[in-house]
Amino acid sequence: MADISKLKQIASQIRRDIVRMVHGVQSGHPGGSLGCTELFAALYFEVMDYTIPFSMEGVYEDQFFLSNGHISPVWYSTLARAGFFEVSELDTFRKLDTRLQGHPATEEGLPGIRIASGSLGQGLSVACGAALAKKMNHDHHHVFCLMGDGEQQEGQVWEAAMFAAHHKADNLIAIIDYNGQQIDGPTEDVMSLGNLVAKYESFGWHVMTCNGNNLEELIDKLYVAKSQTGSGKPVLLCMKTEMGYGVDFMQGTHKWHGIAPNDEQLADALNQLEETLGDY
Amino acid sequence: MTKFTFTEKKDTRSGFGDGLLEAGRKNNAVVGLCADLIGSLKMGAFQKEFPERFFQTGIAEANMMGVAAGLAVAGKIPFTGTFANFSTGRVYDQLRQSIAYSEKNVKVCASHAGLTLGEDGATHQILEDIGMTKMLPNFTVIVPCDYNQTKLATMALAEHHGPAYLRFGRPKWPIFTKPDEPFVIGKAQHLIEGTDVTIIATGHMVWKAIEAEAVLTEKGISVEVINLHTIKPLDEEAIIKSVGKTGCVVTCEEHQINGGLGESVARVLSTNQPAPQEFVAVNDEFGESGKPEELLDKYGLSTEHIVTAAEKVIHRKN
Repeated sequence: MADISKLKQIASQIRRDIVRMVHGVQSGHPGGSLGCTELFAALYFEVMDYTIPFSMEGVYEDQFFLSNGHISPVWYSTLARAGFFEVSELDTFRKLDTRLQGHPATEEGLPGIRIASGSLGQGLSVACGAALAKKMNHDHHHVFCLMGDGEQQEGQVWEAAMFAAHHKADNLIAIIDYNGQQIDGPTEDVMSLGNLVAKYESFGWHVMTCNGNNLEELIDKLYVAKSQTGSGKPVLLCMKTEMGYGVDFMQGTHKWHGIAPNDEQLADALNQLEETLGDY
Repeated sequence: MTKFTFTEKKDTRSGFGDGLLEAGRKNNAVVGLCADLIGSLKMGAFQKEFPERFFQTGIAEANMMGVAAGLAVAGKIPFTGTFANFSTGRVYDQLRQSIAYSEKNVKVCASHAGLTLGEDGATHQILEDIGMTKMLPNFTVIVPCDYNQTKLATMALAEHHGPAYLRFGRPKWPIFTKPDEPFVIGKAQHLIEGTDVTIIATGHMVWKAIEAEAVLTEKGISVEVINLHTIKPLDEEAIIKSVGKTGCVVTCEEHQINGGLGESVARVLSTNQPAPQEFVAVNDEFGESGKPEELLDKYGLSTEHIVTAAEKVIHRKN
């Protein structure tokens, strides 16, 4: 059984890292990062089977691909807290010569990252390739891929959705961060996504939904998702989240998609987030 | 030095198909992907022999590039196949982010490049692909000249680690290189030695350069012909050495004058050893339907155009 209280402590620290990193360089994307914190804590501290030190090829381990690369703060914090690299390196986020680029990259060799992302819509295709490679290698581990909901507006996502079903990439678990917000406003105003569940189902996927900010439910659903693999269909977890979750003034609005808190706002945010593992 | 002749014509895309099959037999990490053009790309033999290592992607090239990048993550060596237009312009951001910037060992293999595609017309006759791919950091760009060289280049790419673009074409073209010649990526091939002018050509235009050399020799002009099959990394030494000797150069490519081989050569010369240069290339316009030879004629890429350019550039030396 998952130790939920421990995971909540980890999530609280990751949230502190996120707002401090973005504040420290006065740029970055806190909203989506905060909304997906439970998912990252759940994947890296409970659900995924992986090894450290990191190997690029990642054979015989679960792999994670982040398609909506702008939520890099939550990934970097999680990787550091999981032991992929030193926590102190979080302080270099978005600064010259850093391995923690604004959007994730492989060029600087940051452990934990297998592909660059940031230009949206590409991650699911890459995850499909990684999933097929696992099948070719008779490697029974899983490939996870997180996408944004606004990202579903990119055509390539649907090319990949069709491909995954056709080629029976049933070791692939895609996750959509369904927070209903994008840069220009609510997704329903910018470009309606319609019924995403029905869309993926009609593409031949096994689709599940959950509340992505409820750790117990999320972990439960991630395990169910794992148990659904191997059935001939790729699996999608459509995860309802609140952008900015955990910091009251950032919550539920697209306003904090890509702006940094000032000193006062940082203090306010940190007051709401317990320091559990020690700040970097 | 050997004078070049040919007894057989074959399409360079068949060289790719045959090379891929050989590479697949040598190394089981080699995988193939194709976006609904298996016949055109000559990937059928590979698909038949290695069905478990071949992925049909349907008409979805952007996804194909991403899938290839994902396969490369796990150490596979993916060769993607589609027309040159859909291998570059259509998927440029995928090449840039998922392959080039991510340093993935993907071989982007592109047929039906240039005017010699013929009757399908300008929508498919891409003339900008060398420029697009040579601009991408980490990419190797190769444009072989005939069937044999395309086969060898394909096999060499399977052994080479890193993203690469391999450009070839549709028409049957003279085979004039040897099937067993070593193919060295990044090393220009000196075909004919001469002293009055250097002709540097790539792809199908290498044969045209050889034809032009014969005409110029008749006129008493001594021509050096270089096959620059690797656009990037560029064999700067070979360019500097040859033009240092002849004092002038004609570059020939089935590509836009903007952004192609000619500009790469001009950069090397202007920064090392300035010399008069003439460009045989498409002059900032789109192609059209027609037979390959008719199109080369109309767009300034015929043997006669190379001869005229050579005479002009020699004149400019003085």
